[in-house]
Amino acid sequence: MATKLKDPLPTEGEAIARDAVVVRFAGDSGDGMQLTGGQFTLSTALAGNDLATFPDFPAEIRAPQGTTFGVSAFQINFGSTAIETAGDAPDILVAMNPAALKTNLSALRPGGLIIADTGEFNARNLKKAGYEVNPLEDGSLADYQVVAFDISARTMESVAAFGLGNKEALRCKNMWTLGLALWMFDRDRQPLVDWLNAKFSKSPVLADANIAALNAGHAYGETAEMGTFARYKVDAAPAEAGLYRTVTGAEALSLGLVVGANLAHLPLFFGSYPITPASSILHTLARLKEYGVTTFQAEDEIAAICAAIGASYAGQLGITSSSGPGIALKGEALGLAIMTELPLVIVNSQRGGPSTGLPTKTEQSDLYQAVYGRNGDAPLAVIAARSPSDAFDAAIEACRLAVRYMTPVMLLTDGYIANAAEPWKVPDINAYEEFPVTFHEELPPEGVELNPYARDEKLARVWIKPGTPGLMHRIGGIEKSYNSGHIDYSPENHQKMTDTRKAKIDGIANDIPEQDVCLGGPGEKLAVVGWGSTFGPIHQAVRRARANGASVAHIHIRHIWPLPRNLGDLLKTYDHILVPEMNTGQLKTVLRDQYLVDAKPLNKVSGQPFKIAEIEAAIEGALA
Amino acid sequence: MNVVTPLKAADFATDQEVRWCPGCGDYAILKGVQRTMAELGARPENTVFVSGIGCSSRFPYYMATYGFHTIHGRAPAIATGVKLANPELDVWLVTGDGDGLSIGGNHMLHLLRRNLDCQVLLFNNEIYGLTKGQYSPTSRVGTRTPTSPFGSVDRPASPCAFAIGAGARFIARCIDTSQKEMPGILKRAHAHKGTSFVELYQNCIVYNDAVFEPFTAKANAAENQLWLEHDKPMLFAGGTKGLTLNRQELRLEVVEVVDGNWEAAGVIVHDETNKGVAQMLVDMPFPGFPIALGVIFCSPAPSYESALVEQTKSLTQGKIADLSALIRKGQTWEVTEKRD
Repeated sequence: MATKLKDPLPTEGEAIARDAVVVRFAGDSGDGMQLTGGQFTLSTALAGNDLATFPDFPAEIRAPQGTTFGVSAFQINFGSTAIETAGDAPDILVAMNPAALKTNLSALRPGGLIIADTGEFNARNLKKAGYEVNPLEDGSLADYQVVAFDISARTMESVAAFGLGNKEALRCKNMWTLGLALWMFDRDRQPLVDWLNAKFSKSPVLADANIAALNAGHAYGETAEMGTFARYKVDAAPAEAGLYRTVTGAEALSLGLVVGANLAHLPLFFGSYPITPASSILHTLARLKEYGVTTFQAEDEIAAICAAIGASYAGQLGITSSSGPGIALKGEALGLAIMTELPLVIVNSQRGGPSTGLPTKTEQSDLYQAVYGRNGDAPLAVIAARSPSDAFDAAIEACRLAVRYMTPVMLLTDGYIANAAEPWKVPDINAYEEFPVTFHEELPPEGVELNPYARDEKLARVWIKPGTPGLMHRIGGIEKSYNSGHIDYSPENHQKMTDTRKAKIDGIANDIPEQDVCLGGPGEKLAVVGWGSTFGPIHQAVRRARANGASVAHIHIRHIWPLPRNLGDLLKTYDHILVPEMNTGQLKTVLRDQYLVDAKPLNKVSGQPFKIAEIEAAIEGALA
Repeated sequence: MNVVTPLKAADFATDQEVRWCPGCGDYAILKGVQRTMAELGARPENTVFVSGIGCSSRFPYYMATYGFHTIHGRAPAIATGVKLANPELDVWLVTGDGDGLSIGGNHMLHLLRRNLDCQVLLFNNEIYGLTKGQYSPTSRVGTRTPTSPFGSVDRPASPCAFAIGAGARFIARCIDTSQKEMPGILKRAHAHKGTSFVELYQNCIVYNDAVFEPFTAKANAAENQLWLEHDKPMLFAGGTKGLTLNRQELRLEVVEVVDGNWEAAGVIVHDETNKGVAQMLVDMPFPGFPIALGVIFCSPAPSYESALVEQTKSLTQGKIADLSALIRKGQTWEVTEKRD
């Protein structure tokens, strides 16, 4: 029997119209919440809503069942206007067990809806979650609307005909819940049915059982006592015409690397070592052999980058990928790539640190590591992606700079971007400008010594592939003569080479777009300056503040190093500068150092993305 | 038609001044390698020398081929990238006991188990030279150095035993000054498809002089060097001694050979494909046993890069690399009209 709702609900047939809704599915790691969320995302995209997601799962593969640290959650924000974040506070929380309720309740907005599976709220699970009394019965949820009933039992009934074991039958719980959610938002079930048939093509009985559970959940919403469930209506969001797909940051980034190498006319060599949350890039690329991709699962982080350097030396585009701790291990080899001036892309999917830190939680705390984290004066280019789909273009840009400037390029993304999904208007790849590589093959004139460090007007050195007749030469990590490329320790030469390496990277500023203002204009009272995955909450917060009449602009920096050539002048047109970051103030320090501006930090390192409201409050504070 | 003049050993030398200490064993190895290159008819543009850090790792600067002097211990990883990117290249690694077995031990392990087609030349001088004389992972117990002033107490690693344990399919051993034998051994290493591991005893004249004298000095050579040849009896000391296999205890023993009748003495014949015996040969304690030299083990298996090329070929056959189609994969939907 379903618990009655606090507030009266609309009569049958009526749906509550909303601009945006935030739903969070939370359950045990084994409950399939990420899968449920992913499929709900797809149906949302098909319904034409704009959306953003936030998967939040534990580092443990299978934490003990029913525990709070084993809770896996998936949040989706969807609406009829542009959606840039996964939402501050869920409107609806689906709690598959007591632990899921315990860990997610505080996020729910007051008055929000809780859908709970009473079948899991038994004495054992309550105790595991740390509840002395059942929260569904003790009145502690009085501030929320609660719909609690035995989803487990309903699922068992719905799949009884298929002769599954108890465990297998209960696994269909997530599809039952998804069916209910689809009813609540008036979604088409057919794409899910197709997906289940494809997923379980080798075991049709499982496909049928899951489809039956999905249909049963849907029917339950339809036939439940009038007023048990609200139905919501969220109109389609504005969109350009074209072909769309949902994409995670890891997928978009992988595809961007493949396209980037292709635009350079080079095979792609990807050396990597598994690490959360970067591994999915290796998983994606390992399947793309026909696109000229070689993947190498190395014995460690150091071998991964070294093999990529070796491949670049031999004439491919070497790429390596990791997360902060792995990037730390690659540090010495990065110096080698800088010294030998070979193209290389290093992807850092940032996570909470230091050390092992928070492997599955997001953070932006590797900016210093990217810009400064090497021995010696060792400059390289740094680029940051701002959203899952933006990772595609950011990856192409990283490839372009690497080959044009014969330099390592660090591409920063993070755990949030890597795992989150959003709709992506599939671009026309023929519209991208090619940047084909020309290997140096010409013999020097008679009597003139070959200089493998001869430079073009951009200061990029020549790239000579082993196998090229007559151009045999030696490179390495020891300082090279500016004039001949031979070992040269002389003081003047080291000064000159150090200056040249710096000037080469600084010169990239002339080859990247000037910094734009993505909301507002120059000369407002306050500039909110961000980078990376904080784009969404900053953008929304600035939008809201501007709607309330505040003089505030949003500046989002993609090229972290070198910084855009006009950035200093631009920043100086504002009275105040606020830099929200998921670290203790790293970009803030760089801006202060580069431009002597009074940039103020807004920092959050809780492993969770910024809420719009948090940034909005800081804007108000800065303007007060 | 172009007339190709065969290259001589000197053609493989660069114009760079060699900076090893006078009398260093590295000079002899450099000479031996350059001779080998000439004898192989190697194409300099197709040959790449990759090294790590240390005295031995300066080697590429003196070879008129392509060369990459990398970072400490990582030559195997760099070489793996080079070879995978272009399997046509002939890749040689030069490393030392510190570079290859201490800081780079992990990479060496994985290079050998993967069986990348390349030649590893490990110069073993049982000491750190370039950092000025500290003991190395192959230094014997009791070695006195600045970091072990009272004698080292840690037990040494045996390069060839390590290589066999890591799954190497080709193992050979030579001495820096064995110029007669070296090109033959290196040519065998080159001919072997897969990782060829060659340990070269190399004398460090400054920090560990004469450490190998007990078997390398002229007076000691015959008595203590066992030059192995496939299908030939394991004889040394001018044929007056040989190795036999104690089949009860499964270990090697030295036996006297009278009047050249090695069969009567029970001397065994070298079968370079026999891994068990190879393990015993590289583990023989010295003194008491001779030092096994030459090709100790050779048992080819598919090389890593060839397996990778093979797999890629079979997987991509008939597939069209359509990038536009690739980015449209997955569940897609069409917005037919612009929605405001």
